[in-house]
Amino acid sequence: MTALLDIEGLRVDMRGGAQILDGVSITVAPGQIMGVVGESGCGKSTLLRAMLGILPRGATARGRVMFEGRDILPDQAAQARGRIGFVPQDPYLSLNPTFRAGDQIFEIMRRHATGTRADHRAKLLDLLRAVQLPDPEAALRKYPHEFSGGQRQRLLIAAALSCEPSLVVADEPTTALDVTTQREILGLLREIARARGLSMLFVTHDFGVLASLCDAVTVLYAGRVAEAGPTRAVLDAPTHPYTRLLLACHPDRAVELAGIPGTVPPATAQPSGCRFHPRCPQAQAHCADAVPPLLAITEGRSLACAHPEPALV
Amino acid sequence: MLAYIARRIALALPALFGLVVLTFILSRVIPGDPAATLAGDAATPAQIADIRARYGLDRPIMEQAWVHMRQVLSGDLGNSIFSGRPVSEDIARRLPATLELTFVALLLATCLGIPLGLLAALNHNGPIDHLVRVLSVGGLAMASFWLAIMLQLQFSMEWDLLPLRGRMDVPLGLPPRVTGFLLIDSLLAGRGDMFVDAARHLVLPAVTLALPGLATIARFTRSGVLEALQKDYVLYARAAGYGRFRLATIYVLRNAITVTVTQIGLLFGALISGAVAIEAVFDWPGLGTYAVQAILSADYKALLAVTLVVGVIYAAVNVLVDVAQALIDPRVALQ
Amino acid sequence: MTALRHLMRDPVAAFGLLIVVFAVFVATFAQWLAPFPDDAFESNIMQRLRPPSAEFLFGTDNLGRDIFSRVILGTRSALLVALAVVLAAMLIGVPVGLIAGWRDGWLSEGLMRFTDVFLAVPQLILALALGQLLAPGIFTAMVALALTYWPFFARTVFAETRRLRGALFVDALAGIGAHPARILFLHVLPNAAPAVLVRATIGMGFTILTAAILGFLGVGATPPTPDWGLAVSEARQHLPDAWWFATFPGLAILLLVLGFNLLGDGLRDAADPRLRRSRH
Repeated sequence: MTALLDIEGLRVDMRGGAQILDGVSITVAPGQIMGVVGESGCGKSTLLRAMLGILPRGATARGRVMFEGRDILPDQAAQARGRIGFVPQDPYLSLNPTFRAGDQIFEIMRRHATGTRADHRAKLLDLLRAVQLPDPEAALRKYPHEFSGGQRQRLLIAAALSCEPSLVVADEPTTALDVTTQREILGLLREIARARGLSMLFVTHDFGVLASLCDAVTVLYAGRVAEAGPTRAVLDAPTHPYTRLLLACHPDRAVELAGIPGTVPPATAQPSGCRFHPRCPQAQAHCADAVPPLLAITEGRSLACAHPEPALV
Repeated sequence: MLAYIARRIALALPALFGLVVLTFILSRVIPGDPAATLAGDAATPAQIADIRARYGLDRPIMEQAWVHMRQVLSGDLGNSIFSGRPVSEDIARRLPATLELTFVALLLATCLGIPLGLLAALNHNGPIDHLVRVLSVGGLAMASFWLAIMLQLQFSMEWDLLPLRGRMDVPLGLPPRVTGFLLIDSLLAGRGDMFVDAARHLVLPAVTLALPGLATIARFTRSGVLEALQKDYVLYARAAGYGRFRLATIYVLRNAITVTVTQIGLLFGALISGAVAIEAVFDWPGLGTYAVQAILSADYKALLAVTLVVGVIYAAVNVLVDVAQALIDPRVALQ
Repeated sequence: MTALRHLMRDPVAAFGLLIVVFAVFVATFAQWLAPFPDDAFESNIMQRLRPPSAEFLFGTDNLGRDIFSRVILGTRSALLVALAVVLAAMLIGVPVGLIAGWRDGWLSEGLMRFTDVFLAVPQLILALALGQLLAPGIFTAMVALALTYWPFFARTVFAETRRLRGALFVDALAGIGAHPARILFLHVLPNAAPAVLVRATIGMGFTILTAAILGFLGVGATPPTPDWGLAVSEARQHLPDAWWFATFPGLAILLLVLGFNLLGDGLRDAADPRLRRSRH
């Protein structure tokens, strides 16, 4: 099975020396939902921005982002946009308040979808029904402030699907919403992905979301992959100390609630060797010298740590 | 939307009412005894008393204020002390000249200022950006009358390219008066030559008057666009694949422009002020020269009427601006 | 101090400050700097309308007076007029804004509606009307300008006071029983000071321009005072031949107003990040 998305050795550097991503590799198979987790500042959003070709000024990306068999990293991101749907983090801020909701989506379709304006309209109305937005006809004519947060996120999901993508990338799409709405939106995303056979790259910091939605997970720390594998396996038996500490922070899973000492290092002053060593309870002297490579440990699982949980070594 | 417009007009009324009261106070209290002023230096006490009775100046002050208010509301602004004609007639005759000049200047300022501001923002910290910044700061620091004279010196006196003063060459005469706007009236009369002449006369005054406005509009458009470019919805639109040009122009500009539109309203006041000095330089037969004449001939009736009329126009423009803003950004009407 | 350092780091604002400092220097030592200090009032008909030369840098005017000297001497009156107007406007506007912002109810409403009346007409028009009624002259012009500029201070201070009134530290002070006047003058006013300072700096530039217009229209300074606006007006009858007569006084206005505007912009950026909106 060839991968739909194959990110290999992705590096993002800022002018001025900050390194946001350092050799990140992630593979997403067709129909797979991949979760990307990590604390804020780990480079999750930068990963998405690099894929979508919207890195901030002064940032340069190197490596490969193979999507549908083509490297879209250099300058192809624009062409791939119709095939990659994007669901943003904050539905309140992501729609332009001065344009009607429908027109904003039609503009995307005009650029990236085939067919006439009438086709687009019919298609969008179908999608709005699929995302369960009440009264789709009227919704097209409304302005963003006339919708609730959950409704706006439904609109944005419909927008992400409007050009028949094969991959949907979502940037913590539920964090700005209240808890009940979160659950509805997650359910909707899962249903849509299954029904349409979509692949999804889902950025989150919430293990609950991860467990309920994602097939596989990649844990990022300070711009590098700490560990990756099937969601069940990683959550049940985390091998990287960072993953274990992260899981311990989560109130649903923790036996006793622990914190991770220290904070994510700033991108301008990354520690040498393993970037987690200053905060790692297992750290040894040489962790500060050698960068641990990302190695396959069992079927589908990989890890970058010199001192993992003993059971798995 | 209609409710919003009604509310907005209602909000403007107290200030206008206050203005009428203020002009009344100015006309009755500050100049000392208006009857003596009206009667002139050589008047006898009997003559002054006669005038006082004729103008109702011997009545209680509140009654005078009431009479004044009624007169103003019915459009009666009194007679000019200088010309003896009703001031409202004088103003009606001269207002179109000022409005034509101001509108053309505003149009120039907007049509050049918005693209310039947009260009500067898209070229943030580049050469165009610096140029626009220098222009916008310099444009606001220049004394309008001085710029007018400098342009006259160069374009009319030195190079003889454009007319020195007035609205139209005397030999051509004037088109039949319909709107009072020479550009429109000459077209209505089917006189292309008159139109061209009127347009040529407009160039220098309008450019001079437009410059501070151009500076302000360019500056606010620039900062508005820069601010809008930072917004999440721009990032989203880029990620979702909006066209570059479309994004930079329509999508962002529409948000940036709400600030600019407010500025245009405030600018109108500055334009009218500027027009006074510029009309004086170009002998433009508008409200500004009328006001200056009124000053030189101590015609306080005329001067206060001009103040009142300008106040009403100013208020109307600001209502219009707020409505325009609500049309651009539907959230405004909800606040 | 940090504000000053921030200001100096912005080259444009530093340039503005340089112009203003230079103008203050010129105004202070005008008597010594001007090559012909007596030309403020004396005329020399024999050497009228001479073009710029080594002797008369900016040429001479219609009465044979050295324009360079008169531009230097004019700096003093331009600055003094603007300073007096801005201070007077502050003296009216700041208390009005403080009281209206601090209190609720009819007094606050009344004060702000009263302020709106003055803002209902463009300043120049109102200044012309006031100036005329008080009999024209430089002093009248100053009174008129102050009477039309104070609403801007009132508005600024009103907004700041309203903002600070909701601030926690003001609640805390009221809680420990501090007298309202004490809170207003010792705590609220200093916090509103940056906004007032920015307003005042921009007001200086604005007042210099408006005073020049009044002078030009013949409602401000009266001859033979060395006034920039008046000089441009006098020069009109001698165009196009004596171009220098109109050009240099106008340039002086441009430079000084430019200085205050640049400085005001820079101060806005340095003093308060919240006000940074208008420039990036």
